[in-house]
Amino acid sequence: MVICFTGLYLYPGHGTEAYIDSSVIVGQAGDLEDEVGKYCNIEYLECGPGNNFFPDLKGTSRTDIIFFCSPNNPTGHAATQNQLEQLVEFARNNGSIIIFDSAYAAYVTDGCPRSIYEIPGAREVAIEISSFSKFSGFTGVRLGWTVVPEELLFSSGFPVINDFNRIICTCFNGASNIAQAGGLACLSSEGLEAVHSVVDYYKENTKILIDTLASLGIKVYGGINAPYVWAHFPGRKSWDVFAEILEKTHITTVPGSGFGPGGEEYIRISGFGHRESILEASRRLEALF
Amino acid sequence: MLHDSSEGNRSFHYGFLSQQPLASATLGIETVKLALLFHYLKQKGISFNACTSVRHCTEVSRNVNMESLQSGYLFPEISMRESEHIRKHPDARLIRLGIGDTTQPIPDIITSAMAEHAFALSTVKGYKGYGAEQGNMALRTAIADKFYKDMGIEGDEIFISDGAQSDISRLQMLLGSNVTVAVQDPSFPAYIDTSVIVGQAGKFLKETGKYRNIVYMNCRPENNFFPDLSTTSRTDIIFFCSPNNPTGHAATWQQLKKLVEFAKANGSIIVYDSAYAAYITDPSPRSIYEIPGAREVAIEISSFSKFAGFTGVRLGWTVVPEELRYSNGYPVIKDFNRIVCTCFNGASNIVQAGGLACLSPDGFQALRTVIDYYKENAKIIVDAFQSLGLKVYGGKNAPYVWVQFPGSSSWDVFAEILEKTHILTIPGSGFGPGGNEHIRVSAFGHRECISEACRRLKNFL
Repeated sequence: MVICFTGLYLYPGHGTEAYIDSSVIVGQAGDLEDEVGKYCNIEYLECGPGNNFFPDLKGTSRTDIIFFCSPNNPTGHAATQNQLEQLVEFARNNGSIIIFDSAYAAYVTDGCPRSIYEIPGAREVAIEISSFSKFSGFTGVRLGWTVVPEELLFSSGFPVINDFNRIICTCFNGASNIAQAGGLACLSSEGLEAVHSVVDYYKENTKILIDTLASLGIKVYGGINAPYVWAHFPGRKSWDVFAEILEKTHITTVPGSGFGPGGEEYIRISGFGHRESILEASRRLEALF
Repeated sequence: MLHDSSEGNRSFHYGFLSQQPLASATLGIETVKLALLFHYLKQKGISFNACTSVRHCTEVSRNVNMESLQSGYLFPEISMRESEHIRKHPDARLIRLGIGDTTQPIPDIITSAMAEHAFALSTVKGYKGYGAEQGNMALRTAIADKFYKDMGIEGDEIFISDGAQSDISRLQMLLGSNVTVAVQDPSFPAYIDTSVIVGQAGKFLKETGKYRNIVYMNCRPENNFFPDLSTTSRTDIIFFCSPNNPTGHAATWQQLKKLVEFAKANGSIIVYDSAYAAYITDPSPRSIYEIPGAREVAIEISSFSKFAGFTGVRLGWTVVPEELRYSNGYPVIKDFNRIVCTCFNGASNIVQAGGLACLSPDGFQALRTVIDYYKENAKIIVDAFQSLGLKVYGGKNAPYVWVQFPGSSSWDVFAEILEKTHILTIPGSGFGPGGNEHIRVSAFGHRECISEACRRLKNFL
């Protein structure tokens, strides 16, 4: 089974490169080509400012599975309705399955789709995974969900949901009932309002970071629909920038190449943190640059 | 449209399917019907393509390993039977001695610790985000001190999980599809099913009810529930559960010494499941690491489920000793750590706080009382079946009683007991072909239910 990923992927520092690494572990990825830092059986879809953080699907080979995260970690880009329509159509024409990661959907500000199922036809081509981690602060509590529509069928017509259900019953035994009770409270009207206040707090943090970097003349992406700011340092190695920022301002960020070769020249800065820390960090960055 | 190569197109009705259904009761009825249809047609050797002009099919092939599973996982299947029975007999007072689910409340000292931790998450000072994927170090150390004292197991060799069920699959991901495995027969179905899912098991052989590439180590009364290792083929991995689910037998020190020697001589790795160790009454070993040399040949998995009533709370652990090496000398613990960091993100911090409270002196004492309650239940069940002249095993070192019905199909006995006494049990063949002619009866339950069940069984059998 051949798979493809958007060029930048998930969770460095916590389950680094989860899509790629798990693909390697189960034997899908083939050999690593050292020179390019890519696995030979994985299709990498470059996403950068030049293509509005959406791959050129015309030039993309067919794969069985497409991992797609939006709002994206680390770029912060939320795919538009139009972009996702193209993706769904592409998957439909190629008989592929999209695995859509909507873990940051709660951070969408500008009307971009929060779920792949907002796109007509997506129920027959997409699985969606999501999480209470960034939505409710459940990073340590541990709660998430996966949607497998009943219309999603393997090539033989066998329903995918049936096999996924079998996996859940055999390889898992359910999320903690305590965490699930918390999840239910998150979705009550009061709970929802309360968690949205916290999300807004992080969004305000991210806005402060964007403004700081923009005022320093640094080209910045993301931060509007996600708690991540994607800062561009043209011509510089991301690990060098990371090291310089750490050394000179004692601020940890994440070097973009940690997310894949397409992340070189970028730094990811997270909007999670206490307001005072964000403000102090902004002051120090202003002093440095 | 359905296609049969000899007869061209014809249509089928869904209603006539029997045997064991594939899907759990929570799926939409149309999906269940479709899956049942697939199962039936596969048995008949008829190819079926549900793709039509109005129904989009992807071009992604189903994982052939999933196709190789013979039916649904055992315990959801039992749940389905339960649901059917309740539908037929809505007024029946069903007694559940089937699925091994704990019933007694968790002691206050433990739930208070979890509540306190949960409330602290609403404070700036007490809020905690991501924890270490391997688990809270205090808990890892507490487990080492409590269960592995004097066995040389340290906290950093212990990985906290959301339960043994998940750990078995993570271990299978670690081991990959190219290893050979041996299981006890009968045994907890997850070892075989996960082996099939990751592609180790080979073809299912209908004649024997076994998978071609799995070595089944028959454990029965005649061999004192321990396989004859002198006639057992070498495999890379040996799954061994003691005290055993479903037979209730706890392997003796001598038996485990033979197992460790066998593994050592064959260069195998034992995956030792000690989930029921807390139920041991006699001096049988509670951990494989009581056996000298085990640190170089065994991984141990365990769980708070049956020990602390955490079946729904979800907490377990896996021990991977630093001395355990692959054939090329690479430490297994390094790869398992990578799996835990990539395919998992740690057990819930609230639950881990509960785990720590379980291992405090007061918590541990309180749990012993609950375990003793279940053990008394087991004794009542053993006595009841024995008084009926039935051959009964287990029940002394485990919360399961293994009852023999010579010459009978275990699913038939299961069905008859359910129909006539409204008591759920588990048919032994659900645990492997070696389980046929036996029924597993669980000792979890309220005392009144256990006593009532014994009364009904005495009247019926």
